[in-house]
Amino acid sequence: MNLLSIQRHIARAVMTPLTPSERMRHVAPNGRSQRAVANEIIKPNDRLTSFERLEIYNRQYWFRILSGFSEDFPGLRVVLGDRLFDKIAQAYLKDCPSRSFSMRNIGAKFGSWLRNPPHFAGSRQQLALDIARLEWAEINAFDGKRYDALRPEDFTNASPAKLRLKLQPHLSLLDLKYPVDDLVLRVRKDSTELSIASNTLSERHKGKRSVSVAPLLKPTPIFLAVHRMDEDVYFLRLEQKEFAILSRLRNGKSLGAAIEGVLRKNAMPDEECLLLIQKWFQNWSALGWFYRGTTDSTNS
Amino acid sequence: MPANRFNGYTDYGIGIGLRVPHYQHILTRRPVVDWFEIISENFMIDGGRPLRILDEILKQYKVVQHGVSMYFGSAQRADREHLRRLKTLVQRTKTPWLSDHLCWGSVDGRYTHDLLPMPYTFEAARITAQKIREVRDFLEVPIAVENVSSYAEFHVSEMTEWEFLNEVVERADCGILLDVNNIYVSSKNHNFDPFTYLNSVPAERVAQIHIAGHSKYQKYILDTHDHPVIDPVWKLYARAIERTGHTATLLEWDDRIPTFGEVHDEALKANRFLASASLAKAV
Repeated sequence: MNLLSIQRHIARAVMTPLTPSERMRHVAPNGRSQRAVANEIIKPNDRLTSFERLEIYNRQYWFRILSGFSEDFPGLRVVLGDRLFDKIAQAYLKDCPSRSFSMRNIGAKFGSWLRNPPHFAGSRQQLALDIARLEWAEINAFDGKRYDALRPEDFTNASPAKLRLKLQPHLSLLDLKYPVDDLVLRVRKDSTELSIASNTLSERHKGKRSVSVAPLLKPTPIFLAVHRMDEDVYFLRLEQKEFAILSRLRNGKSLGAAIEGVLRKNAMPDEECLLLIQKWFQNWSALGWFYRGTTDSTNS
Repeated sequence: MPANRFNGYTDYGIGIGLRVPHYQHILTRRPVVDWFEIISENFMIDGGRPLRILDEILKQYKVVQHGVSMYFGSAQRADREHLRRLKTLVQRTKTPWLSDHLCWGSVDGRYTHDLLPMPYTFEAARITAQKIREVRDFLEVPIAVENVSSYAEFHVSEMTEWEFLNEVVERADCGILLDVNNIYVSSKNHNFDPFTYLNSVPAERVAQIHIAGHSKYQKYILDTHDHPVIDPVWKLYARAIERTGHTATLLEWDDRIPTFGEVHDEALKANRFLASASLAKAV
């Protein structure tokens, strides 16, 4: 058996979900005998069978990956409880194993995965989705790219019809059905920054924490910006119109087109609305949310 | 011996791993530390506080990069994005050498985030050495490979672990990050004499040494980096220093991390062995 073949066999075994009692399965979900794989590839010793030696890696994989995932989504764990959270996490990680050298990216597809059936979280599905999106946005805000921000004077004389502003990569815009920002902030107060260590292994499944029961949230739509300023992550609630303009800018609309779309749907007098928009822009640019795009951004 | 082409001709002393719980202490108290080892992957990001803290550390301290996911032993080619980000970080830290593990951990684009053991075959040695060369050429920095702790051995192996290590480093012409705790852990898990391993390592290729603690279970030992270094590992360290001379040494403590002072004090215990090495050299 060559190196690649060995590695494929081992990886399949190692990434097979554990039993409920956190042991290696004797038979993988596809019917493959894990014992046969272990016996074929791994030597036993005087204390451990081939199966038991392979099991050490199988358990470490899941302990490590579930702990990392749990640390990234602490709010979701609070809301769902350990048992349901672990079930969802395991299903996600089985469907979407890490494809990045960095554990940081392990939850990158979680939001989109969670939208699809089966809806593990039942009646809390939408709540779970909102929290998952917010917690991923928080990770993105924490270490996402920040370009040199445009200053207000950089675009005061620009033509709105042509000016295309880019939003900082660390900024996420979220339309949420539940006001989960307060909940996540409360959970985050107890957590610390985490980083991966060297080649350490654990005999326990880390990441579980005792938590108070999360308050039952009622659906109340909110619009949220998640961003970084002075290396701290902030949640900022937005007006619906603010959210609409920013979303249009993010989608590549020119400044003029982004504002026009909102003005068209506006009940407020245009002049009053434009003053409001001007105030918003001052605020956004003070927060450093814009950087220079590549198209027609300097026309005056 | 200590300053060699595999550690960029540096002569570093005793370092400790840069870990989040110690950031505050380091940045406010500015303790005297010979050097810090960082986990590269923690800083291969686009921005934010980790990079700002790293820049602060770089102003005051010597930093060496240690990776956990290059997977020199994976049968497939290195990930280009990984290499690109790693090079950006190398340029930022100006690390005099870069280390990662003699192991594999990814296949077909899927990552286990673990340090999986190699089958000790000539094919594996050839593939691994080739990848080390490619990475070194791309990053333009000396590479040292670290022996890992392991819990399994393969039927297909054609040599011992230390013979495999020698085969790889000779083919790649690279350095060694000699982890004496990992030698100890594997010697217990696989029933070999750790001194046989240690005495077989080409001393002239040792760029750096790792020391650490581990956890003992009923049927095996796990490399947990959550305890002080035990006496048998210090004995291995003493023998390693006897062979290599005064070599850059790093204490790994990654879980249940105590205060900065406790970690640093534990690391500084290495001084008694390094002092004897210096004395022997002087005589």
